[in-house]
Amino acid sequence: MLLDFLQQLGHRSLSIFARLGRASQFLLVTLMALPSVVMRPFLLVKQMYNTGVQTLLIILVAGIFVGMVLALQAYIVLVDFGAEESISLMVSLSILRELGPVFTGLLFAGRAGSALTAEIGLMKSTEQLSGMEMMAVDPMKYIIAPRFLAGVISVPLLALIFMAVAVLGGFFVATDMLGQYEGVFWSQMQVKVDFYDDVVNSIIKSAVFGFVVVWIAVFEGYDCVPTSEGLGQATTRSVVYSSLAVLGLDFVLTAVMYAV
Amino acid sequence: MSTRNIEILVGLFVAGALAALFMLAMKVSNFTSYGETDGGYEIRARFDNVGGLKVRSPVSAGGVRVGKVTNISYNNESFEAVVTMNIESKYKFPKDTSAGILTAGLLGEQYVGLEPGGDEENLAAGDMIELTQSALVLEQVIGQFLYSKAQDK
Repeated sequence: MLLDFLQQLGHRSLSIFARLGRASQFLLVTLMALPSVVMRPFLLVKQMYNTGVQTLLIILVAGIFVGMVLALQAYIVLVDFGAEESISLMVSLSILRELGPVFTGLLFAGRAGSALTAEIGLMKSTEQLSGMEMMAVDPMKYIIAPRFLAGVISVPLLALIFMAVAVLGGFFVATDMLGQYEGVFWSQMQVKVDFYDDVVNSIIKSAVFGFVVVWIAVFEGYDCVPTSEGLGQATTRSVVYSSLAVLGLDFVLTAVMYAV
Repeated sequence: MSTRNIEILVGLFVAGALAALFMLAMKVSNFTSYGETDGGYEIRARFDNVGGLKVRSPVSAGGVRVGKVTNISYNNESFEAVVTMNIESKYKFPKDTSAGILTAGLLGEQYVGLEPGGDEENLAAGDMIELTQSALVLEQVIGQFLYSKAQDK
C-alpha cells in the first residue's frame, strides 16, 4: 500500500520533470525557428490577426469596465478623507503597474491561448503535423514559430490598448458621473506617474506574460495526447497553467521592479 | 477573409496600440516633463533633516513649480543632508533666498519651498543656499509639545 503510494509519487514527479524538459527543448527549437518567420511575414500577420485582433474586443470591453469600477471604488473610499482628487492617481497606478498586464495576460490565455492549444492539438491528432514532416516541411517553422512570435508581439500591444482604455473609462466615471474637473484628473496623474518606472515597466511585464502564455499554450498543444480526451485536457491545462504562471510571475516582476 | 483585409485589420491593431502608447506617455505619465531639465541650472542647499523628501520631488516658489530635486546626499563632514535641485532657467532667485521643506496638505508629499530674499545678485549654477528650514518631523513636534506641557505644570 505504502509502496504503491511511493511508486506513484515517484512516477508523477518524474513525469513532471520529463514534461519540463520537453517544454524547454521545445522552446529552444521554437526560438531557433524564429528567424525563418522573418522570411515569411504573411504567416506572422495572419497569426497576429488570429491572436491579437480577435482578442481586441474582449480587451476593450474589459478595460473600460475595469477602469470605471476602479474609479468608482476609489471615490467611495477616498471621499471619506476628502481626497477624491486622487482618484486618477489610484486608477492609473493600479492599472499601469498591475491590472493592465495581468488582466491582458489572463484574458489572452483564455481567449487566444486556449485556441492555440486546441488548434495545434487537433493538427497533431489528425496527423497534419506528421504529414508536413513527411513532405519535408518543418512544422516548427510553418506552424509553431509564427504563432509563437505573433503571441509575444500581440500581448504588449493588447496591454497598451487595455491600459489606455481603462484610464479613459476611469476618466469618464470621474468627470461625468462624479463631477470631477478634467484638469484635476489629468494633472494629479502626471505628477506621480513616471514614464520609465510605470509605463515602460508595464510593457516589459506584459511582454514577459505574453512569452510565458504563448509558450505554455503552444507547447500543450504540441505535446497533447492525440485523442479527443487528451485534446480537452491539454486545453484545460493550457489555460490553468498559463493563468497561474501570469499571477505568480507578476509577484516576482513586481518585487524586482518596484521593491525598494 | 481575404489577405488584404487581414493585413488592414492587423495594421489598425498595431496603429491603435501605438496610439495608446502615445496617450499613456503624453497624457498619463510625466514623459513630457523629461525634456524640461535641459535648460535648467543646479543649486544646492543644506538641511539638518530632509524628512520624506525624494528625488524628483517638486521645488516651488510662491506655489508655482519652478524645478525639481535631482539628488539627495549626506555630507560626512558637516553632518547635514545636501539637496541638489534643478531650477528651470527662466526662473531667477536672489542670493539670499531661503529654502524650506514643506508638506503639501496634511499628509501630502513633501516639496522644497523657495522664499526669495532681497539681494541684488541672483543665484547662479552650483550656488549653495545658506538659509534653510528643515522638514517638520512629527515625533519631534509632539515631543516638544509634551515637554512644554510638562513645564507648564
